[in-house]
Amino acid sequence: MKELRLMKGNEAISEAAIRAGVDGYFGYPITPQSEVLEYLMLEKPEERTGMVVLQAESEIAAINMVYAGAGAGKMVMTSSSSPGISLKQEGITYIAGAELPCMILNVVRGGPGLGTIQPAQSDYFQAVKGGGHGDYKLIVLAPASVQEMYDFVELSFDLAFKYRNPVMILSDGAIGQMMEKVEIGEQKVRLTDAQVKEKCPWATTGKDANRERNIITSLDLDSNKQELFNQKLQAKYKEVEANEVRYEEMETEDAEYIFVAYGTSARICQKSIELARAKGIKVGLLRPITLFPFPSKRLMELSKQVKGMLSVEMSAGQMIEDVKLAVECNIPVEHFGRMGGIIPSPGEVVEALEQKFL
Amino acid sequence: MTEEIIIAGFGGQGVLSMGKIMCYSGIVQGQEVTWMPSYGPEMRGGTANVTVIISDDRISSPIINEFDTAIILNQQSMDKFESMVKPGGTLIYDPNGIVNHPERKDINIYRVSAAEAASKMETSKTFNMIVLGGFLKIKPIFKMENVIAGLKKSLPERYHHMIPVNEKAITRGSEVVEEVQILN
Repeated sequence: MKELRLMKGNEAISEAAIRAGVDGYFGYPITPQSEVLEYLMLEKPEERTGMVVLQAESEIAAINMVYAGAGAGKMVMTSSSSPGISLKQEGITYIAGAELPCMILNVVRGGPGLGTIQPAQSDYFQAVKGGGHGDYKLIVLAPASVQEMYDFVELSFDLAFKYRNPVMILSDGAIGQMMEKVEIGEQKVRLTDAQVKEKCPWATTGKDANRERNIITSLDLDSNKQELFNQKLQAKYKEVEANEVRYEEMETEDAEYIFVAYGTSARICQKSIELARAKGIKVGLLRPITLFPFPSKRLMELSKQVKGMLSVEMSAGQMIEDVKLAVECNIPVEHFGRMGGIIPSPGEVVEALEQKFL
Repeated sequence: MTEEIIIAGFGGQGVLSMGKIMCYSGIVQGQEVTWMPSYGPEMRGGTANVTVIISDDRISSPIINEFDTAIILNQQSMDKFESMVKPGGTLIYDPNGIVNHPERKDINIYRVSAAEAASKMETSKTFNMIVLGGFLKIKPIFKMENVIAGLKKSLPERYHHMIPVNEKAITRGSEVVEEVQILN
């Protein structure tokens, strides 16, 4: 039988990183994700697997350490919460521009500015639309449980290396701080330098006599080449959209209305479904697990079955734009959300559904 | 079975660790559990609360505003959470420091004088286990052996010699808990 533990989301993701054979973590403390760094420091992964854990002098330093480690073909990651993720944006667009794999965890808190330390989902645009400059995309995963915080570590590194692209896990303060039962996986052995060299022929692992130098850069002053490179990136994002859409549905078979919600909001909507169905309202849930790529095709299909969709987010309404684009005005799409660190209650969500559609 | 519980009191009363022990007891019994603490500025020297859900099935929202059971350990928490108990639900409280006692007639109210009982035990640190004992007498959702197993998983090994004392405290809690009749 697998080992079961009671863990916070922040602890689960840290243990998963050690067990996945991650080579390096670089971070800087900020509520509500400080347990990531604390857990990794306490666990002494340098003794367990040889994993490097470093508290950098700032968020900016941490993301640039990730840039360097990723360039060497290593499995590297960083974590922060909203204001810290804003600081990392320059490094993130450089990593995307240099086509390097890495994992970035955002345990979102309310904004703008320093905002609050309570949970929010107001960094959707930043994560999905490119928080830094240039035409780039992150692959964005949205866990809705502590188990998914654990499971998405390996998934994110698989995707990051498959597409040579940074992956963001977009969590929030509630999932980071709450404890649930977690099934712990096997300990994987970190790759040796020779294995890294074989797996990542593009990485700066030391030049062999029989090949050209590998150069890690996001700069090309020749606009023709830069356009070609951009076309290559866009083709990659199309491939990601074709292959990697992930979502979960609940009670959609007979649904007349659909909640669209991810992360903590999706958990709240599950309870709202129970409450609404007890009142005879046929409502279901589509929970995007990948925010990019977005489950647009499935939403389009559902729009032919249902009378309306309610995008439930802990924000002023960000994901709703992608929902509207997906259903192409087939049906009304409305938003319900709370802001500033307030988590909506399941009852409030049902009231919003009734007000907007019934 | 699904039991949705709020435990609320002062920081330092063992509110969060009591929730943790409940969750571990649930895991030992093969149940699903969530533990959602307040982690805001209020926990830095003020009130602390945790929502604990134990269920035989997958748990939907870990954040709720109606509870089957409220375990209340100070006045601020009484003011905030008495109204959030579901009709027909249960409120268990320690009267120590409570000025405005609960008044609802549509819920079942119990008093567990845990602070008083703890002062007579060998260590007053068992306060939260006396409260847990009171809760388990009213809502026997965990077998005693599973609570002990939960304690073992929850406590660092250096405190395992304290488990018998905690067990005694749980028993004491089941003895001192009493139903409160609200008269018209």
